[in-house]
Amino acid sequence: MVSTASSYLDPLLFAVLPYVVFFTFFLVTIQRYRMRTFSYSSLSSQFLENRRHFWGLVPFHYGILVVLTGHVVAFLFPRELLLFNSRPIRLYILEASALIFGLLTLVGLVASVARRFEVSKIRKVTSVSDWVLFALLLVQVVSGIYVAVFHPWGSSWFAASVTPYLWSLVKMNPDFTSIAAMPLSVKLHIVNAYLVIGFMPFTRLVHVLVVPNPYLWRRPQVVRWYRRPGPSPAGKS
Amino acid sequence: MNVRSQISMVFHLDKCIGCHTCSIACKNIWTDRRGAEYMWWNNVETKPGCGYPTQWENQEKYRGGWERADGKLRLRSTGKGKVIFNIFHHPHMPSMDDYYEPWTYDYQHLFNAPEGPDQPTARPISMVTGEPIDIKAGPNWDDDLGGSPIYAENDPNLEGLTEEQKQQLSAIERLVFFYFPRICNHCLNPACVASCPSGALYKRGEDGIVLVDQNRCRAWRSCIAACPYKKVFFNWFAGKSEKCILCFPRIETGQAPACFHSCVGRIRYLGVLLYDAERIEEVAKSPDEELVEAQRSMILDPWDPEVIRAAREAGIPDAMVEAAQRSPVYKFVKQWKLALPPHIEYRTLPMLFYVPPMSPVMASREQNEAVEHVSDDLFHDIDAARVPMRFLANLFGAGHEAKVRYALRKQKAVRWYRRALTVGDVEMETAERMLREADCSPEEAEQIYRLTSLCTFAERFVIPPEHREQAIEMLEDPGEHRTTAGFGFLTGPGRAM
Repeated sequence: MVSTASSYLDPLLFAVLPYVVFFTFFLVTIQRYRMRTFSYSSLSSQFLENRRHFWGLVPFHYGILVVLTGHVVAFLFPRELLLFNSRPIRLYILEASALIFGLLTLVGLVASVARRFEVSKIRKVTSVSDWVLFALLLVQVVSGIYVAVFHPWGSSWFAASVTPYLWSLVKMNPDFTSIAAMPLSVKLHIVNAYLVIGFMPFTRLVHVLVVPNPYLWRRPQVVRWYRRPGPSPAGKS
Repeated sequence: MNVRSQISMVFHLDKCIGCHTCSIACKNIWTDRRGAEYMWWNNVETKPGCGYPTQWENQEKYRGGWERADGKLRLRSTGKGKVIFNIFHHPHMPSMDDYYEPWTYDYQHLFNAPEGPDQPTARPISMVTGEPIDIKAGPNWDDDLGGSPIYAENDPNLEGLTEEQKQQLSAIERLVFFYFPRICNHCLNPACVASCPSGALYKRGEDGIVLVDQNRCRAWRSCIAACPYKKVFFNWFAGKSEKCILCFPRIETGQAPACFHSCVGRIRYLGVLLYDAERIEEVAKSPDEELVEAQRSMILDPWDPEVIRAAREAGIPDAMVEAAQRSPVYKFVKQWKLALPPHIEYRTLPMLFYVPPMSPVMASREQNEAVEHVSDDLFHDIDAARVPMRFLANLFGAGHEAKVRYALRKQKAVRWYRRALTVGDVEMETAERMLREADCSPEEAEQIYRLTSLCTFAERFVIPPEHREQAIEMLEDPGEHRTTAGFGFLTGPGRAM
């Protein structure tokens, strides 16, 4: 019974859904950037509450940055990663640090949600999309930590099984046979990741797309001229 | 030489009566919106006092502005490395508690309250949460509280004063204070611009007005921490930074900014200064004691043919140069040396200058001794003033008294000279001697008197034609918009469904 249900569901979730969410992601983010550039903001709430902001936002962001980087490395360099993990000691260290940063993310996320819930000023600037996003992120982080604890050595099996699946998606020839055999928690983690990506363009999460990059190389002062023709990007002075 | 033009300002503190008309004019035009209720792009502080936000001058706490380190100019807490590292939480950013929580009153309750034995009251309601609050602070909580122990005593400018001087400031019934109106200084070396990771803040090339491009602002908040004057504000509702725009829509149409226009004491002057943009970094790096003079030296003489030629080469229209020649700011700052920049030790090179206020003589002196000038030193009461020179020097001289003393001596000499002329209770000989000693000619004294006391609107505000229409035509063809949606719209009006 279960297998029949998943045989219908799996193609939907692992071969159709990714395309739907990526299409949504690109269409909406680009369109939103063009039509409503103003809405691209991290909508920081540090101004309204300073102390708990630190204990939520700092662990969450540093945690998620490291964990995400790990996923990207496993996606881009699977061979090198497997080679790196061939020595058990390296594998242990990698897994342990991944788990630590995962837990850091969870601590930060829970602290942020609690802060949003308890500080009345912050609750006032929290929208429905924020709450949905929080729910999705909580599912994502908790399922990720569950996988890390109960299905260890993910850095290796991700590179061996998930990376080929993801590349098959990129090549427009989805092959999810390796995923179909995965435990439910891993499937949940993957499907929820798609939901996060699909929902992202409708939330404040778009701020990750506009992280400051020319900043590090520009001159300190920015001057914009009207009389001088041509665009006036940051860094021109 | 790289000549640029800057719309600059002078506030004559000796004329400020602390009526807050400027603040209200600004509030009604620009910050009467959700998320901006707590903002006062223009505010008037009582000095000595803590200011708004509380203790904004305390850079040990807020770490704004620039500092000189190993001969280099560095942002104190918002340099590139630190901003990237602190982007998730800036440790030195003020929060709403450092300003105040805006509120209104539940006026409806006065009408709707059920009949009872007591008069109904209108409770204060937070404009953030909509819930009743206990008001703990407001935008002018220490207004007129010059001698107060909790507010005036915490003024960062009291550093370096002797105990006796501090007591002078707050002696009962003789305490002294003055007003300090503040807007954005539209600095030449703005820390807010330099710190913005998105490059959203910029200085307009034509007139030097510092603005936030809100379409680029992503709420990284470093500008708020970077501005040592705390004149960039965070709109907590929109999630964008905002600041004084020097009423550029008014300036572009030849009107003075609202706070200038409405000033009851006529303390405000606005005019163009030409300056050498090549020297910004060099000047901002000068040692503390040379900063005021260095900034003055980069302001160029608009009559100098060499400067006019260089200005033309830099594309500055003749009308702008002509406005610079008539600029009241140039007279106050460069010719007369009466106006001084606030806290230039923050090294942002502010372009709003203050004429320091005269104050009553020291309270502890015997009444008779203080009033008459019997000694050879005609200016002895400048140093014996109830507001200690050291305090004014902390505000306007980067801690060094010479420039402040010069400005106060000249002001006093002009007063006595006019007194000799009109009232006649002072010997003209004495008055002329004072002028000589204050480095001021009778002609200059007349000019200072005129621009201080009799100034008309046109003398106070010399606003150059901005030629924005030509500038905009270069970017957009007005003909293209004729039959469509007009400027500023992305889509045509169309027919409503």
